[in-house]
Parts: sequence; structure tokens; C-alpha cells
Amino acid sequence: MDDAKQLEAFEAKIASGAKIEPKDWMPEAYRKQLIRMMSQHAHSEIVGMLPEGNWITRAPNLRRKAILLAKVQDEAGHGLYLYSAVETLGVDRTELLYQLHTGKAKYSSIFNYPTLTWADIGAIGWLVDGAAIMNQTALARGSYGPYSRAMVRICKEESFHNRQGYEIMMSLAQGTPEQKAMAQDALDRWWWPAVMMLGPSDDKSPNSDQLMKWKVKMESNDAIRERFIDRTVPQAEFIGLKVPDADMTFDEKTGHYTHGEINWDEFFEVIKGNGPCNAKRLKDRSEADKKGAWVREAATAYAAKQIKERAIA
Amino acid sequence: MTVQEAKFEYLLRLGDSSLIIGHRLSEWCGHGPILEEDIALINIALDFVGNATSLLAYAGQVEGKGRDEDALAYLRDEREYRNLLITEQPNGDFANTIARQFLFDTYMYFLYEELKSSKDETISAIAVKSHKEITYHLRHTTEWMYRFGDGTVESHERLQNGLNDLWMYTSEMFDMDEVDAILIKEGIVPDLNKVKVSWEKRVHEVIAEATLQIPVTVFKQKGSKEGKHSEHLGFLLAEMQYVHRAHPGAKW
Repeated sequence: MDDAKQLEAFEAKIASGAKIEPKDWMPEAYRKQLIRMMSQHAHSEIVGMLPEGNWITRAPNLRRKAILLAKVQDEAGHGLYLYSAVETLGVDRTELLYQLHTGKAKYSSIFNYPTLTWADIGAIGWLVDGAAIMNQTALARGSYGPYSRAMVRICKEESFHNRQGYEIMMSLAQGTPEQKAMAQDALDRWWWPAVMMLGPSDDKSPNSDQLMKWKVKMESNDAIRERFIDRTVPQAEFIGLKVPDADMTFDEKTGHYTHGEINWDEFFEVIKGNGPCNAKRLKDRSEADKKGAWVREAATAYAAKQIKERAIA
Repeated sequence: MTVQEAKFEYLLRLGDSSLIIGHRLSEWCGHGPILEEDIALINIALDFVGNATSLLAYAGQVEGKGRDEDALAYLRDEREYRNLLITEQPNGDFANTIARQFLFDTYMYFLYEELKSSKDETISAIAVKSHKEITYHLRHTTEWMYRFGDGTVESHERLQNGLNDLWMYTSEMFDMDEVDAILIKEGIVPDLNKVKVSWEKRVHEVIAEATLQIPVTVFKQKGSKEGKHSEHLGFLLAEMQYVHRAHPGAKW
């Protein structure tokens, strides 16, 4: 079959709602875009362990410590699952990590902000995981089988993370004046980065019709952002916290909130590497990788010896 | 010393060791040598924290002074902590962590095997649950013992160094005092000499199989049973307890 016919069959398959599987024919642009998206997602899970891991040793009680450990373990699991899913497209994890450590690959810009107080752990679960779920539930309907199935599973766990984050914020908001102030401060610092993490507005990021048609991208950034805001603002009000957007209004007719102006300059600066923690996050990941080199070599050497011994026996 | 007092003390020894070694493992989060190990170490840390929570909650009940697991974990100072010295030792490199975990996991494996038949129903129930988890932990660390011991020259040397550095903290695991004597008599805890025989046999076997050497240490460190720790514990507790202590009485 020539390329034009294969493309036609590929597009017909997607239009019918069937999934594309690793061994199916796919256009190079489709494969490249998926590698980019999926590896960014995997890297985000792994880099995201750092700001949250930052508070495991200082969690305020044993229950919160156990929950946070379980949550971060989930995130690490998502990373592993997603790296494996990217490998189905013909790129191995070593190469993907090399791209991360050399700054060639991106990860979610939100993890370049620091976690300064315990309330930030609540804010991340509530806002960051909350925003991510909006995006990921859409991606679960995407056309690439391994990614869409990964999303189904990941979204289930992220829903728990989202609720535990909100529950942390709720406890703080109902706590002492100091705890409530801590919660409001975390919301003040994480709100805009969370709103921005869903990507540039549609006029700055024209959606490729092709990616929508191929069901790689399912919804526009602004549409996802609107759902996130509509869901989150009442949650903040419910626990007596205030979203730091003085210009936000609620449109009775449409039933949606309209947000104030987003500082996209900050967003693009952080993407470029100028966020508060970009350098630290990359350094931590690269160092872990370098310090682990002898461990991986030893494991490989030992495995080779085992195979040899078995062959002799 | 009453049986109740001895039991409280013993539960602190068990619970504190789990809490502190769990804390150390959690420090690896995001910095592991390979993603699979990040997952494993966090998972194991979680098991230890869960085990510590059960033991400290029960310790609080036994004590009967209204202290719960958080009061015991967050509001005691260094001198009141009863964790074994080996559990508070810093992570060092990954081989050092594996050496620490192997020596301690093997101890915990045989100790909890005995505690399963404790005449105290709660201790027995906790031991039954924990022993299943410890079996996995020990398998995990033992596999790394073989990989490093018989892997590369570098891994062999790093692991041998780890064992050499930590060996002086192993003998206090089997020290017994009045607390043990009272509880052994009641059938609540085992004679640690019995645990020691199993521990030595297993540790020697694995070290030999991993082509490593049993370290020679002239001096043995001890003191945890009287709350005499290494300097490391103070920093660990300062980090662990500061949020809790900065907001007295707050709910989280």
C-alpha cells in the first residue's frame, strides 16, 4: 500500500473510534508528536516527585506522611508506565532521560515553582493534579492505544490525589488562624501557575486541525482551562479561601467564570528555564542519574554473569 | 518495672526503629539510582511508617496517659527515642543504604517471625501483617547484596565499605535488659539470642554468596535502649518534628 492509501486507512480507523496500536502504520508526524507529548508527561511525573518529596520528611503527622508517600509513589509509577508507553513508539528510556537532563525535552512548568510550606502539598494535589485531570480525562479518549489506556489508569489515581489535596486545604482552612493563612498563601502562589499549566491561550497556540483530527489533542487549552476554573472556584469558596484574581467574574448567562488577564510573560520565562527552580530540578535529576550509573552498571554486569552461568550449567 | 511499663518500652523500641529507618528511606525520594528503585524505596518507607504507626498507637494505649501515635512520634526528644542506632545512620551511597537495610531487614524478619506467636494479641496481629511486608523488603535488599557483591569491582568495594562501616551497630540489636526479661517470661517477646542465631546464619550465608567478607569490628556501639544515640538523630528529629511542634495542638 502506498503512503496516501495508508494515511487514508489510518484516518478512517481513528474516525471510527478504534485505537492505533504500536505495530500499526502511522504517519511520522503522529509518532513524533506523541513521543513529544508522552515523554513530557512522563518527565513531569518524575520531576514532580521533587517538590512533593520535599515535604515527606516534614509531614505534620503520621497519617499525612503515609498518604504523601503513597501519592509520590503513584507519581513515580505513572512515570514508569508512561516511559514504557513511549518505548512502544521506538525510543528507549535512556534516550528520553538524556533529552530531559540536557534540557532538550520539557516537563510541566509548574514543577519549577518551590514548595515553601506544608500547605503547598495541599495546593499541588488540589490545583495541579486538578488541572492535570482536566487535560488527562480528555486525553484518555485519544487515538493512541497505549497512551489512552495509561490515561484511564492514571486519572483514577489522580482523582484520589486531587481529593487528598483538597482535604489538606480544607483541614488547614478550618484550623488555626496560622493554618488558614498558610492555606490562603499557598492558593495565592499556586493559582496562576495552575491556570497557566494548561498551556497558552488558543490565540497564542493555534490548534493544529491535524492533531485534533488524529485525536492526539482532544480539546483546546482554553476549553480545558475553563472547566478547571469552573470547578475549582466554588471549591475555594466552600472552604473560605479566595482565588487571587480580582477581575474574575461569573457570567450568569453562560454559567462560566471569566478570569482576569494571565501573565503569559511569566509562563514563557519559566518554560525558557528562568523559573525559580528550573536549575535545581534539572540538577537534582541529573545528579541522581549520574550517581546511579555505577548501580546500573553493577546490575547489568551481575545479570550478564547469571545468564552465562545458566548457559554453562 | 511492671509488665505494662516493659511493654510500653518495648513497643517504642520496635516502633521507633521502623519510623526512623522509614524516614531515612524516604530521603531517597526523587534521587534514586533508577526509577524502579525510587518506587521500591518509597513503597518500603511507606510500609515502615505504617508499621510504626500501628506500634506507636498501641504503645500509647498501653501507656494509658492519653498520648497517641503522633504525640509519641512528634513530641519526644532524642533521649526519649528508642530506635536502634543502625536505623538512624545516614543513607550514604546506594550500597551503604543497601547494607544498612540488609542488616536491619534480616533482623526484623527473624524478630517478627517470633513476634507472630506473641501472647499479646495486638503485637501478634501487627507482626503477622508486618512479616509479610518484611519478607518482600528482605528479598529486595538481598538481591541487591548479590548484584553489588558479585557485580563490578566498584559495586563490590562500595558494598564492602558499607558493611564495614555499619557492622559496629549490629550487636546492640541482640542486647537484652530487664524489659526483655519481663516480657520473655510472659511469652510476649522472644529471647533475642534465638533471633541472633538465625540472623548470623542468614547474614553469613548471603555475604559469602555475594563474595563479600564478614567485617571485623573490635568495638561495638550501643546505647539506643537508654536513648543514647549518634549525633545524626537530633537533626533527623528536628526536620521530622518541626511543623508539628511549630503549631501546638493544631489538627492537620
